[in-house]
Amino acid sequence: MLGHTGVTVREAGPGDAVGGVLPRWVARPESVDEISVVLAACADADLAVVPAGGRSKLGWAAPPERADVLLDLSLMHDVLEHVAGDLVVRVQAGIPLARLAEILAKAGQELALDVPFPEATVGGTLAAPAPGPRAYRYGNARDLLIGVTVVLADGTVAKAGGKVVKNVAGYDLGKLFTGSYGTLGVIAEATFRLHPIAADRCWLTFECEGWEDAGVLMRSQLEPSAVEIDRPAVGMSMVAALFEGPAARERALVARELLGGGEVCAESPPWWGRPPGEPLHSLRCRVAPHIPDGVSVRGSLATGVYLASGPADLDAWRSELPGHARLVGLSGEVTGDRWGPNPSLPLMRRVKERFDPGRRMSPGRLAGGV
Amino acid sequence: MTVIDRLDALFPPDRVITDPVRLRTYECDGLTYHRATPMVVVLPETTEEIAAVVKVCAEFGVPFVARGSGTGLSGGALPRSDGVLIVTSRMRRIISIDLDQRRAVVEPGVTNLAITEAVRDRGYYYAPDPSSQQICSIGGNVAENSGGAHCLKYGFTVNHVLALEVVTPNGEIMEISEDDFGYDLLGAFVGSEGTLGIATKITVRLMRAPEAVTTLLAAFPNIEAGGQAVSAIVGAGIVPAAIEMMDALAIEAAEAAVACGYPPEAGAVLIVELDGPAAEVESQLAEVIAICVGTGSFEQRVAASADERAKIWKGRKSAFAAVGRISPAYIVQDGVVPRTSLGEVLAGIDALQVEFGIRVANVFHAGDGNLHPLVLFDDTAPGEGHRAEIVSGRILDLCILHGGSITGEHGVGVDKARYMPRMFTDADLDTMQRVRCAFDPGGRSNPGKVFPTPRLCGEVPRVRKGSPGEIF
Repeated sequence: MLGHTGVTVREAGPGDAVGGVLPRWVARPESVDEISVVLAACADADLAVVPAGGRSKLGWAAPPERADVLLDLSLMHDVLEHVAGDLVVRVQAGIPLARLAEILAKAGQELALDVPFPEATVGGTLAAPAPGPRAYRYGNARDLLIGVTVVLADGTVAKAGGKVVKNVAGYDLGKLFTGSYGTLGVIAEATFRLHPIAADRCWLTFECEGWEDAGVLMRSQLEPSAVEIDRPAVGMSMVAALFEGPAARERALVARELLGGGEVCAESPPWWGRPPGEPLHSLRCRVAPHIPDGVSVRGSLATGVYLASGPADLDAWRSELPGHARLVGLSGEVTGDRWGPNPSLPLMRRVKERFDPGRRMSPGRLAGGV
Repeated sequence: MTVIDRLDALFPPDRVITDPVRLRTYECDGLTYHRATPMVVVLPETTEEIAAVVKVCAEFGVPFVARGSGTGLSGGALPRSDGVLIVTSRMRRIISIDLDQRRAVVEPGVTNLAITEAVRDRGYYYAPDPSSQQICSIGGNVAENSGGAHCLKYGFTVNHVLALEVVTPNGEIMEISEDDFGYDLLGAFVGSEGTLGIATKITVRLMRAPEAVTTLLAAFPNIEAGGQAVSAIVGAGIVPAAIEMMDALAIEAAEAAVACGYPPEAGAVLIVELDGPAAEVESQLAEVIAICVGTGSFEQRVAASADERAKIWKGRKSAFAAVGRISPAYIVQDGVVPRTSLGEVLAGIDALQVEFGIRVANVFHAGDGNLHPLVLFDDTAPGEGHRAEIVSGRILDLCILHGGSITGEHGVGVDKARYMPRMFTDADLDTMQRVRCAFDPGGRSNPGKVFPTPRLCGEVPRVRKGSPGEIF
């Protein structure tokens, strides 16, 4: 198989299915060149390709219209360059974030992304971003990404950005590919801005009934790195705020005074940064959201980005949410329209047409058949 | 029927400019050595008016360029003599401010500083702070992905824009938002230098003002010692709001212009600003001072008040203009290098000064390796301008050689389009061109900027064909 390319290929098994669609082969490239060779070969044969990393979110979004080759990037797991003095790291896309964190920690640094799935890779985190608590302070994957190498459906290898944080030369293809779910091409390598690991971390947690707006914390100058809510389907909700830095504990104590109570501790609560369960929905809402019976919600009161879980008719739920809110079915059985409104869909379609006119890259995984 | 006839029919006479004398006002932006007189200037007041102009351009196949305040330093708003210049200076409304959600919606002509001024008394601000913030427009900031001294800690325009209403090059009005599920079109649009359309409403993040701000001026015998301090500060895990450096020539110029009172014997000064919760700032300031002393700083001044802080910043912020006092002409570069290469690159710039007999004043955002070398020359001396151009280009080569970028915040514009192939391959540029073609297949939105002679959108790179059987 793939004899002339030398890329490792095996027949796909049931465990390789993507949203119920079984590909024929699994290809395991070990370099950017090998990705390019595989994609060029797939272009020649009109085979559809779905890139995969740690597979923690492979079932998210819509199933592909077709999938012939699962492009498994797990052999591309190296740190290519880490210059601690520049607070920058360049990695292959298949490296798991947990492994990267271990390596960076040795230099007292971190990629400041809280990832809800420990096996998630860098590539998967960019292609299918999941919210994490500290996005409030450090931004999301797109904000920390400073350079990218991608391989397009025709095998073209292209890079954008670089390895300096401040850089406005050319279009930011890295950002464009963030959230692309494999539909524009393959993210092969990525370069990130790093942060020093905070000297100290401290959480303030308190219970509340239903919802809490945490406005007191947001209006204060205590600069929490994250303010999260865990609102289970049944029972009391819990809010937790994270403080980082040399005076973390002092700030947490001041926050407790402001709120008139709560518990200050050095450990995160067990639910912190973990997805609430299956099926999983993405909810973005800047005010207290209506939550249907049986649904639990976790996420950031600071950014209004949440993960929700539980049986829900998404259309019915949307009708109860304010106009600006967005609700998207990520995984599991979806009742109603998975996507909801997306005003930029016409532009997404045009980008897709230019990058993948043959519709071979994860076709149909996003809204509107993109 | 001409384009001008159509615009005359759409707008009152005072908002369509064709008088050659008045057109001259718009012939360049902050990069004054590129000039072109636009065919016509329009001054729209609404999104719909911008869309109407863009549709007229589409109908006649005429290019258009958007311009805010015209402070850009890369010629991004350089008009086309065969095109329409759309000036957003009449779109200066702050549409809404929501402090609970920490966001504001503004029109593109609003100045950067006006956003902060609208919320400052309630304890909020808009973080990106380009040096021109008193006059530059937020629409221009979006186009250029503007930075500023404080982007070391807080990021660039792209990290602070939450949603945009844009007029596409076809004249459609579209919304793109960070809330959209799928491609980060917002991230692709910000910094596209006007080549993907015109932002007509901008939703920005407002930030709570920090509890404490402190500014330190540290004087060093030379730039190497200053550079060591920068590395040590970053190495200690401190992320200051800003770390700026000026060399002796830049200090001399600033002193001549604004009498900023920096220590006269300094070979370099460092400005370090720390902000955040008071307890954190206090402990970090002590650490930063110790680092500066340890790396050879012979004088440290800590601003005790907002006035003193402003005084320290005055020398830095006036540096570009100040250089005009010591040199008849100069070129500003905007290259970026990895922080760890600063020393080598500065030594390389020194060598260029000697080789070409051209003086270079260095003012830079040291924390993120963004150099602003001011290449000084006398435009009346034969050949000097040419030598300054060469030095300028060689500095960018040095930046690229060390893994950096040709522009950190000023943008590529017309000025640096020719350097793009030194940083990117044809495949890289062709791939970026796919984005351009998706948004602007007719190539009418600010053509000639960013990319050197791009492929036309109809031209497809070679298509591969083969037989499926032999692959797997």
